[in-house]
Amino acid sequence: MADVKITITDRDGVAHEVDAPTDMNMNLMEVVRAYELAPEGTIGICGGMAMCASCQCYVESDHDLPEMSDDEDAMLAEAFHVQDNSRLGCQLHIHEDMDGLKVTLAPEE
Amino acid sequence: MIKTDILIIGAGPTGLFTVFEAGLLQLKCHLIDALPQPGGQCAEIYPKKPIYDIPAFPEVLAGDLVDNLMEQIKAFQPGFTLGERADTIEKQDDGSFIVTTNKGTQHQAPVVAIAGGLGSFEPRKPALENLAHFEDNGIAYMIKDPEVYRDKRVVIAGGGDSALDWSIFLTDVAAEVTLIHRRNEFRGALDSVEKVQHLKDLGKINLITPAEVTGLLGDDSLSGVRVKKTGEDEAFDLECDSFIPLFGLSPKLGPIADWGLEIEKNAIKVNNALDYQTNIPGIYAIGDVNTYPGKLKLILCGFHEATLMCQSAYQRIHPDKRYVMKYTTVGGVTGFDGSKKEAPKAVVKAID
Ligand SMILES: Cc1cc2nc3c(=O)[nH]c(=O)nc-3n(C[C@H](O)[C@H](O)[C@H](O)COP(=O)(O)OP(=O)(O)OC[C@H]3O[C@@H](n4cnc5c(N)ncnc54)[C@H](O)[C@@H]3O)c2cc1C
Ligand code: FES
Repeated sequence: MADVKITITDRDGVAHEVDAPTDMNMNLMEVVRAYELAPEGTIGICGGMAMCASCQCYVESDHDLPEMSDDEDAMLAEAFHVQDNSRLGCQLHIHEDMDGLKVTLAPEE
Repeated sequence: MIKTDILIIGAGPTGLFTVFEAGLLQLKCHLIDALPQPGGQCAEIYPKKPIYDIPAFPEVLAGDLVDNLMEQIKAFQPGFTLGERADTIEKQDDGSFIVTTNKGTQHQAPVVAIAGGLGSFEPRKPALENLAHFEDNGIAYMIKDPEVYRDKRVVIAGGGDSALDWSIFLTDVAAEVTLIHRRNEFRGALDSVEKVQHLKDLGKINLITPAEVTGLLGDDSLSGVRVKKTGEDEAFDLECDSFIPLFGLSPKLGPIADWGLEIEKNAIKVNNALDYQTNIPGIYAIGDVNTYPGKLKLILCGFHEATLMCQSAYQRIHPDKRYVMKYTTVGGVTGFDGSKKEAPKAVVKAID
């Protein structure tokens, strides 16, 4: 299956265009870790259970992403630096529809 | 000064199991943890969630894993310094180390095992003016001793399990409990949510949602908080003696990063070919906190590392003694509390 291209702006403001596989059961937080775009230990602290918000990112392209689950919504209600376009990377499963997606990582808390 | 054989920094699963392996070698342990309870990530982040890859446990709740470890090490009488962060380490002339916490508690040992996981759990603090000024003067981020709140007016902020559970608990202790959350919805175990609903209906919890604390009032110590309800223009002041924001904890490697240890990717480099020692002889790093080629941050890996590290620590503490590993089935387990566990003897008996 084809990879999708995703542009991820890291916490230092540097944009990286990366290939994300759609067939590896990966989410956006894991893509960030696989490409080491944020230091180990500063992202994915809860392992991807929507329990820490260390993977928060701002969605900057107008892709139609899956709706937030109650868990994600509740976690973002407790997170800091939250904006209207905030999502938890670990809850965004890499999918073909995400080709061209642009996101920026939220600051570390 | 607390003295011990192996000083363990971090009471997560790795640190706890170290006590057992050290105990088999007759070495005593003392643990320091920033959290008020032992268990590390298992206790703090996911106590009610299952783990499936602990060897021989097809499924075990993280909280139960911690309880089992505490039971397993009980006979070796570990000491605990909880709710304090290890801040500094100083090497002594005799080769031992003195580790001092942020509260000034001192510990001395010939061997230090850093089992610090992702780092010391530090509270996530809301961005409020004068926050630092009121810390320990009306503001706390974790509850170590609920009695402190006896007959006090307490405001708790947060929407997760700990905000719910402490609000429930403090209704029996405090004069007044107010719970403030940004949303109407809370996220926690079902029975906690229902209990808060019930206590609210009884008038025992004053629930303010959706709302946020936007300011702190008081001179030397806290006298109240300013609260703004979502959608309303005017904020109002609420008198209280204590404000406890419970927005979760996030791990930070913190002061250990300045101990002169080799750090790579927020973890401590160790010699994995031998004994998980760091670049400073006598200081070991085990579990999630270390790194080496091929490292995996898994509980079972931490257990293995702890076991090998204890053998090396034994050699270091007793350079002249010879030692051969004995199976627990064969040697039994003799606790420092005088208890002894051993395999029942087989009977030798004729069958006629
Ligand atoms: C949601 C989730 C699910 C997981 N599922 C699994 C799974 O299925 N299987 C698996 O094997 N692993 C799993 N893990 C990972 C597992 O929990 C960790 O590998 C394990 O907790 C590491 O244990 P540890 O003792 O090395 O560190 P931790 O559990 O992180 O404990 C370290 C402790 O050290 C303390 N500390 C650090 N620095 C200091 C200091 N300077 N002073 C005082 N205290 C300090 C911290 O406060 C902390 O309590 C999961 C993790 C999470 C978050
Ligand atoms: S990794 Fe913790 S919320 Fe996404």
